Amino acid sequence: MKRLTLTISSLTLALGLCSPAVLAERLAVLADKVHTQAGPVIERGVVVIHQGKIEQVGRQSDIRLPAGTRTLQAAEVTPGLIDARTVVGLAGYLNQPHDQDQLETSTAMQPQLRAFDAYNSRERLVDWLRSLGVTTLHTGHGPGALISGQTMLIKTQGNNVDAGMLKPLSMIVAQLGPGAFGAENRSPGTRAKQMAMLRQQLMKASEYRDKQGDGDKAPARDLELEALAEVLAGRTPLLITAYREQDIHSALRLAEEFSIPVVLDGAAEAYLAIDAIKAAGVPVILHPTMARQFGELENASFTSAQQLHAAGIPFALQSGYERYVPKTRVVLWEAAMAAAYGLPPEVALGSITIEAAKILGLDDRIGSLEPGKDADLVLYNGDPFEYSSRVTTVIINGEVVSDTAH
Amino acid sequence: MDAACLAAWDCLCWVYSFLCLVIIMRTLFVLLLGSLAYGALAASAVAEQRPIAFVGATLIPIEGEPVEQGTLLVAGGKILALGRDVAIPANADVRQVDGKVIMPGLVDTHSHIGQVAGADRSAPIQADVRALDSINVRHAGIIKARAGGITTVNVMPGSGHLLSGQTLYMKLREGNSVEDLAIRNAAGGMMGGIKMANGTNPLRASPFPGTRGKAAALMRTQLIAAQEYCKKLASDDKPSRNLGNEALCEALAGERLVHHHTHRHDDVLTVLRIAEEFGLRVVLHHVSEAGLVADEIAAAGVPASIIHIDSPGGKLEVMNLEPDNGRLLAEAGVLLAYHTDDPITDSRLFLRSAGMGMRFGLDRDTALASLTINGAKMLDLDERVGSLVAGKDADFVILDGDPLSVYTRVLETWIDGTQVFNLDDPEHAIYATGGYGAGRDAIASDIIMMEAGL
Repeated sequence: MKRLTLTISSLTLALGLCSPAVLAERLAVLADKVHTQAGPVIERGVVVIHQGKIEQVGRQSDIRLPAGTRTLQAAEVTPGLIDARTVVGLAGYLNQPHDQDQLETSTAMQPQLRAFDAYNSRERLVDWLRSLGVTTLHTGHGPGALISGQTMLIKTQGNNVDAGMLKPLSMIVAQLGPGAFGAENRSPGTRAKQMAMLRQQLMKASEYRDKQGDGDKAPARDLELEALAEVLAGRTPLLITAYREQDIHSALRLAEEFSIPVVLDGAAEAYLAIDAIKAAGVPVILHPTMARQFGELENASFTSAQQLHAAGIPFALQSGYERYVPKTRVVLWEAAMAAAYGLPPEVALGSITIEAAKILGLDDRIGSLEPGKDADLVLYNGDPFEYSSRVTTVIINGEVVSDTAH
Repeated sequence: MDAACLAAWDCLCWVYSFLCLVIIMRTLFVLLLGSLAYGALAASAVAEQRPIAFVGATLIPIEGEPVEQGTLLVAGGKILALGRDVAIPANADVRQVDGKVIMPGLVDTHSHIGQVAGADRSAPIQADVRALDSINVRHAGIIKARAGGITTVNVMPGSGHLLSGQTLYMKLREGNSVEDLAIRNAAGGMMGGIKMANGTNPLRASPFPGTRGKAAALMRTQLIAAQEYCKKLASDDKPSRNLGNEALCEALAGERLVHHHTHRHDDVLTVLRIAEEFGLRVVLHHVSEAGLVADEIAAAGVPASIIHIDSPGGKLEVMNLEPDNGRLLAEAGVLLAYHTDDPITDSRLFLRSAGMGMRFGLDRDTALASLTINGAKMLDLDERVGSLVAGKDADFVILDGDPLSVYTRVLETWIDGTQVFNLDDPEHAIYATGGYGAGRDAIASDIIMMEAGL
């Protein structure tokens, strides 16, 4: 995995160097409001970008722009938006078998399925999200199986999967509850069976890992157990989709038994399990605010984000997975709706920028407007959350990647 | 319990029977309670006839200019007056609503709330089935729609048939039966349209059509048969009753509107062609590729009811759905409304649909009309609902801000001068936001409807 990361990093570097003229130029974004997500909103602020990174952030009156700096104007500017959980790129907009690679159902548990083996960087939904300010995706295998596969972190830039890669293995996706029951009498068919299967498999992976040092007696490579060993080693969180209260508690029980990092996904009834989630120190990637409130989400609420915030539980918002329409949701609009239902607007913005970055372990690079961070910015002609406002420009690594208003 | 008591009156031995004595006592008690309840009801009816004046709000009448710090006066279920200088009767119940916004109740031209169902899988054309025979008036979706400010709804069967049944126009009044919610025509009948669909949704194994050409042929054949039936109906040689053809006669006479699901540009033109051939009054629904044939739609004088979806795609025939669809139609001069297609989009987010339309270029006035009067026109109800005009039904919503702002909440919804939603009431509020128990009624049938398609 390390070798792959290196290869991808050097590729990214090589591609970046292809446009030295763009990167050498200094770019300044001037805005009435700069939402840094690293402190208070700066009125009449400026963000100076150089060589793909943020060089300076401050008041326009305090910063003198070097000669030759190109400028862009906006009413408001935010950090590039992070979609904390999506399947876009694996799942395509046509919704036909040939563009739906987010779920393989031949067996219940397949942690070895890598997200980057299935990602289509030219997918129209990737373009769509980028045009609406999404600069980083946490994307990968979808819900629908006990363990469906892996996720990755990627910027919405570049014509191949390597170009935007941030982290090839981010999390391993699991799901509890009826949404992950097997078809036609195949296991798991109950919640209890789901937990038994997960526990058994983690124990098996644990033994596999322990035997790695046994020299000649070490077991043959097993991609499935190798992937789960990453979870057991604490390097890769298990992203557990759990909507109902009892499934949330099961996820927390699993985290405790195996001392593994867990991130809760969906969590429609999280408001019923606030104390337990808080005690476990588990972050939540909450279902989209506008997710349909029926089935396993029949008790979902527009105010869940606000309730998690009030309880001090770290959370991010996501676009999630839709099997029909809209084929992807847009985190900007999901956060807007959370703000409309009581979440303070700056906190709502945080749930799709810095807080998402923290949960994904990328807050040293993205999620806020601070010197030294990647120059991922979104420009708006008004309040970012208002219906009538539009995203006017999107910048990734200092490069304008979209400049038609959306 | 009441039903058991009434049935017991049939027994002949009641004088001698202790059991029957108990029943009599109970019945008397029930009658007593009933008369008390009737008294209360009568009192409340009187209270409702006392005029209510909403004072201090910004009124957005839709037909007519907005009025700042205006007064809306309602009584007897109707709007009596509105404006800046409305004389408030001495006996009026005056409610200060300063800083609030009042607009007409929203009209949703296409929804599946109330567990509505129509045709079954036996045939592609089933004009005999009525949506009204399927409605659960206690469905959570209806309560949520009130919370979204929706007052008038066209509830329709799905789009998996060429003709899936008769639709129902209803007001979201509180009531115990579909009769309480139905909107009546002059003759006292329950109003509704006919639901038709083309494109890929109705293409299925036989007896359903396998191609678009077959779909059109089946529909034309049925309409020709109906024409024959209607002709006979008007003659002395009466045909034996045929429920499906009866409904189609109303459609052919222009008395029953055809609500036609359609997405692709060529399917849209097929609808227009058949509508012209048979003289059908049609409303286009969804019309995902309307931008490609907006001029043809405008020339035909046919209105379009569309949906806002947050991303392109979902199936092949909507691959070109763009969020500026509303703008394109409005600019071509087509009468435009939005619909929820609930559960495709949530009734509580109906205002958002027009807000998003505006984001993508639709003008503000059309955006507001597309939630109200334009939809009313598409249901032949614009004389009664869809705008705040004296004499119209007192259907309105009270908002805490601009209807086209994301931050605005529906505070109250009123139908026929009666409050049906109040955000301050915790029992209502849970349906406004969702939460534990708010979705209990939304059972599997909703999901099936969703599968059937947008």
